[in-house]
Amino acid sequence: MIQLENIIFLIVAGLGIGLFVWQIQKIRKNILLGRDLDLTDNPSERINKTLLVAFGQQKMFKRMLPALLHLVVYIGFIVINVEVIEILIDGVFGTHRVLGFLGPVYSALMFINEILAALVIVACAMFLWRRNVTKVPRLAKGVEMRAWPKMDANTILVIEIVLMLALFTFNIAGLKLVELQGGEAAGVYPISQSLINLFGDNPQTLHLIERVGWWLHIIGILAFMNYLPSSKHFHIIMAFPNVYYSKLLPRGKFTTNPAITHEIKAMLDPSYQPPAPETDAEGNPVIQRFGAKDVEDLTWKQLMDAYTCTECGRCTSVCPANITGKLLSPRKIVMDTRDRMEEKGESPVIYDPARYGKDEGTERVKVTEENTLLRGYITPEELWACTTCNACTESCPVNIDQVSTIMDLRRYLVLEESAAPASLNAMFTNIENNGAPWAFPAADRFNWAEDIYVPSKN
Amino acid sequence: MEENKRLVKVPTMAEMAANGEEPEILFWVGCAGSFDDRYKRVTRAFVQILEHVGVKYAVLGTEESCTGDPAKRAGNEFLFQMQAITNIEVLNAYNVKKIVTACPHCFNTLKNEYPDLGGNYEVIHHSTFLQQLINDGKVRVQGGEAFKGKRITFHDSCYLGRANDIYEAPREVLAALDADLVEMRRVRANGLCCGAGGAQMFKEPEPGSKDVNIERTEEALATLGAGNGVIATACPFCMVMMNDGVKNKEQEENVKVFDIAELVAQAEGLSR
Ligand code: SF4
Ligand code: SF4
Repeated sequence: MIQLENIIFLIVAGLGIGLFVWQIQKIRKNILLGRDLDLTDNPSERINKTLLVAFGQQKMFKRMLPALLHLVVYIGFIVINVEVIEILIDGVFGTHRVLGFLGPVYSALMFINEILAALVIVACAMFLWRRNVTKVPRLAKGVEMRAWPKMDANTILVIEIVLMLALFTFNIAGLKLVELQGGEAAGVYPISQSLINLFGDNPQTLHLIERVGWWLHIIGILAFMNYLPSSKHFHIIMAFPNVYYSKLLPRGKFTTNPAITHEIKAMLDPSYQPPAPETDAEGNPVIQRFGAKDVEDLTWKQLMDAYTCTECGRCTSVCPANITGKLLSPRKIVMDTRDRMEEKGESPVIYDPARYGKDEGTERVKVTEENTLLRGYITPEELWACTTCNACTESCPVNIDQVSTIMDLRRYLVLEESAAPASLNAMFTNIENNGAPWAFPAADRFNWAEDIYVPSKN
Repeated sequence: MEENKRLVKVPTMAEMAANGEEPEILFWVGCAGSFDDRYKRVTRAFVQILEHVGVKYAVLGTEESCTGDPAKRAGNEFLFQMQAITNIEVLNAYNVKKIVTACPHCFNTLKNEYPDLGGNYEVIHHSTFLQQLINDGKVRVQGGEAFKGKRITFHDSCYLGRANDIYEAPREVLAALDADLVEMRRVRANGLCCGAGGAQMFKEPEPGSKDVNIERTEEALATLGAGNGVIATACPFCMVMMNDGVKNKEQEENVKVFDIAELVAQAEGLSR
């Protein structure tokens, strides 16, 4: 029977989902600030990667303990979502445990649900412990780990625990009510069953508790969903497309800029006809920028990377530059990209992560007040410390390509500003003049071949 | 002794072309292999192996030029493409099909980045090439005596390993030596960079608490333990970095840095 409660539910759910869609639109817009890039090739390989890395959590298993804890929360999230479907139907149509007709399947589902919910609480508690008590360095340290990212992580973990507790609350109260009415409950609830007397046996109170638990759970879920776009927890959605569109080429292959190729070919061969310059929607030629100074010079994929980052710090913890005390932290590069993108584009409604620079703690590293990704957020010193070793991309559980962003920013410094360190400029000159990065005359290149002996065969 | 040895005349592509011949492989020497005094010994060792197995090979000699890798990693895409396009013209003019190189940076650039600019070749790193020679029985590596009981640890080059997924070939070459191969804590896909990649080789490191090569050398020394040991590399940059590290730790008496090609040449009795 549809009652006032169901109408309220419908309004609340509608608002929650509507708000979420609106936020997603903003994020889509932000990502589309980036340059165009065609990544529609090799769908089967991409699907394969997505199954392994995103669904299968392949790269998480480089570190066992967090991988197992994360797996619990991940599977818990998926299975418990089946119950969310039931909650939505119950909420709209005023039914009660509408999927109960599934019989044994339903029992199994509820059973697994309860076990997972309990494990999720344990896992989240351990995650909180690792962040706040043992302070695992990669989660606790780094200039980019200011007040907001730390609070964000804790918020998520606490919300997850509260959501699970709400689930138990309405399960326990519901079970007791059924028992008092002498009926048989749909489903099997190993944990709630053992706690059945927790809330006493006043039917009115129990009913109230059951409703409060139920509403808390669903409102919690809707609120949580709308918190995602402000949070690193957005990775639970973005990991899938991001892995799908990740780099399929060998890690060592860096992009080639075709505009430069045309320029060089025209230089070497005056009869070479470069293609007509690209034009924008109004037919004006697009001004070629070499490398990236700000977010719109990066590709949409590099911007998508920024929305996918879980701020886990795995990249930074294996970065040779970071390990040896240099300023570079690949995680910071990714987080800065997101902050700058949201400063330039739109920001999510709940909390604006770009504000983290203004949070308490150390000031954001800046060289100038210039408001661009380069210098305003990321300093050349960070960029020049990178050895392009790909340890970061190897370690990232969601296939973010930090090196490509670092390289594009470096290219801007060199190609547009000629702002390379002096020793690199000397190296460039040597290559130009001698065909080698060192100042040796090209004529000496073959000198190594003198006086080589091998044993004669007979 | 001397009468048992013959002087090698390294063939160039220009000479071969003049005789209307084509080699089976082009040996791409690279800048470090041509100019770095320490690494020239690796180039020579590799040539000794090529001569020993009788492969028909040639080098470009003075016609070779930097692949452009350091320019590219430093962000100078323009200079990189200049180098690449010029090199590709030379390579294509000689109708080169198969290239072997000892430098992972040249390897990566030639293999992965030249195709975009019209240079399509089968590119092989010398570790893979040596592994094939051993597998085919062309090199026997009777190094039982020279290496028995010696501890060797292999330092993965980022541009061979993570960049191109070659982890096993150099290890198989070392395993054939009958030495005691010990692994460092950070190896293969999790290997730690030597600190030279991305054009770091050509500049002072950014300020920090330590240089990367020192961190890596400490790890290698801890793995080898006391006494004699060898750090094996398969990259000219790694070799420089590891050598500097060993010197910095004043361990050059106990610990030697060798390229896998030198180890094979030694085991084959081709060089001391
Ligand atoms: S590629 Fe650069 S940023 Fe990534 S781990 Fe290596 S040095 Fe650090
Ligand atoms: S870029 Fe990847 S590895 Fe680095 S913090 Fe983000 S999610 Fe973690």
